[in-house]
Amino acid sequence: MKHFLTLLSHELRMLLVSPSTYIAGTAFLFFMGFIFTGILENYTKAPQDVSPAHVFFQLFWLPVFFMVPLLTMKCLAEERRLGTIETLLTTPVTTTEVVLGKYTAAYALYLSLWAATGGFFYILKRFSSDPRLIDSGPLIGGYVFIALSGLLFVAIGVFASSLSRNQAVAGILCFVMLAGLIVGVRWLGEASFLNRDMLAPAKAAVDYAQIFTHYEDFTRGVIDARHVLFYLSGTALALIFSILSVEAKQIHA
Amino acid sequence: MSAPPTPAIEVDHLVKTYAGMTAVADLSFSVARGEIIGFLGPNGAGKSTTMRILTGYLPANSGTVRICGHSVATEPDAVKRLIGYMPENNPLPEDMRVSEYLYFRGRLKEIPRRKLSPRIDEVLELCDLKRVRHKIIGQLSKGYRQRVGIAEAILAEPPVIIMDEPTIGLDPHQILIVRDLIAGLRGRMTVIISSHILPEIEMTCDRVLIINRGRVVAQGSPADLRREVLGRSSAAPSPRSKTFSSRPRGAVGTPSLPPRPCLQPHPSMPSPKSIAHETFSHAT
Repeated sequence: MKHFLTLLSHELRMLLVSPSTYIAGTAFLFFMGFIFTGILENYTKAPQDVSPAHVFFQLFWLPVFFMVPLLTMKCLAEERRLGTIETLLTTPVTTTEVVLGKYTAAYALYLSLWAATGGFFYILKRFSSDPRLIDSGPLIGGYVFIALSGLLFVAIGVFASSLSRNQAVAGILCFVMLAGLIVGVRWLGEASFLNRDMLAPAKAAVDYAQIFTHYEDFTRGVIDARHVLFYLSGTALALIFSILSVEAKQIHA
Repeated sequence: MSAPPTPAIEVDHLVKTYAGMTAVADLSFSVARGEIIGFLGPNGAGKSTTMRILTGYLPANSGTVRICGHSVATEPDAVKRLIGYMPENNPLPEDMRVSEYLYFRGRLKEIPRRKLSPRIDEVLELCDLKRVRHKIIGQLSKGYRQRVGIAEAILAEPPVIIMDEPTIGLDPHQILIVRDLIAGLRGRMTVIISSHILPEIEMTCDRVLIINRGRVVAQGSPADLRREVLGRSSAAPSPRSKTFSSRPRGAVGTPSLPPRPCLQPHPSMPSPKSIAHETFSHAT
């Protein structure tokens, strides 16, 4: 693992000097600000049951669907398309270090983009006279959820990127996998055919993987070890598959 | 330099097949330390595949490769520390500066931080890259990019350097520079370079290995090979040399080849006739 820090600092540096990072960041904040303003507008019209933070983080899937593929599609696909993966893997680095370096850099960017939305809540706290609008529970729970689920989402993006040398294909694959995980599992959970006794184990598995349910728990302040395990094991799995995918492409080049 | 007992590169009965196609068929050769060897063969002869196997990037189907006594298959980490590799088409990141790129690569190749900066200055000087050290690689011309690739390969001073077509796409003057650069490594490092044009490598190489369809079809010093092929062709003018039986006539000579004497700083374009004498296919 001694090259991990070299690779990570290289990746972070490339992110910091690349204009596309700043464009993506600005667009993300613009989009999230738009959503946030929309939520606040609803609060001016009628009193609501839950705090703005709760509604705001409930819409996490919207930016995840677009930002995660855009952030991660480049990481391994580009290396393969340019052929620089060949020079990279013929130095004394391991595939694991390369994948982890890229993953950590992408995750750091994902986190920092979300962290920037903290500014919205600061502005709200600073300028609103109503302290009830800022409820620290859902706020902290929301950010913990974002950080934890981001681990898995970004890992899925890295995995998609390892599958193709074409960035667009990698991006679309990532989008489909995320949609399947977030919306597809929710749809399955509501499907009636799973309610039969025979399929009870499948139903339990689907219920366990409900990301929206996880979110509800987090905002209520419940940090369940099972949820944490779900994201950590999912992340490990996706990263292991990415490493295997990079190595398999080498063998069957 | 006294030659250590183990040869720098030992390739023994190497076989590599891609989905039904045999790229390398039972290839065996060995390279002594400090030797500069040229890999010559038409396109698709298995040059790049062999080089990738030597670096450990591709696994072989059977056979063994040893770099300085270390097996590529079982000790890939040790082998990666012994080689400097410049792949075909010299892939480089587009958005890094030359010195940044060399620094990054140097760190990956485990050069201590203290030694890295002086070493980068040294290779920049050696490859005549000082003027472009702060330029972005994506904006460099092909000749400069090629030299960045070479600088990267020799950066860590590995005992074995593998370069796949280092002179491809360069103008005659740049070919001379690259040639002198490689010749300057003689005795210190073992160098394998590949090409499909004999004159490009015969000036620098101690030995040329001609491969076709994954097999060694001829090897020896450039002068020996030339004598052998020319001698055979004068004895029997009509049949082509078996060495290049699969290569289309006239496919190899490019008009940008420099004339053979490499002392001229600015070579004039050679006449088509001189090219004809330079390449085997025309000579036969």
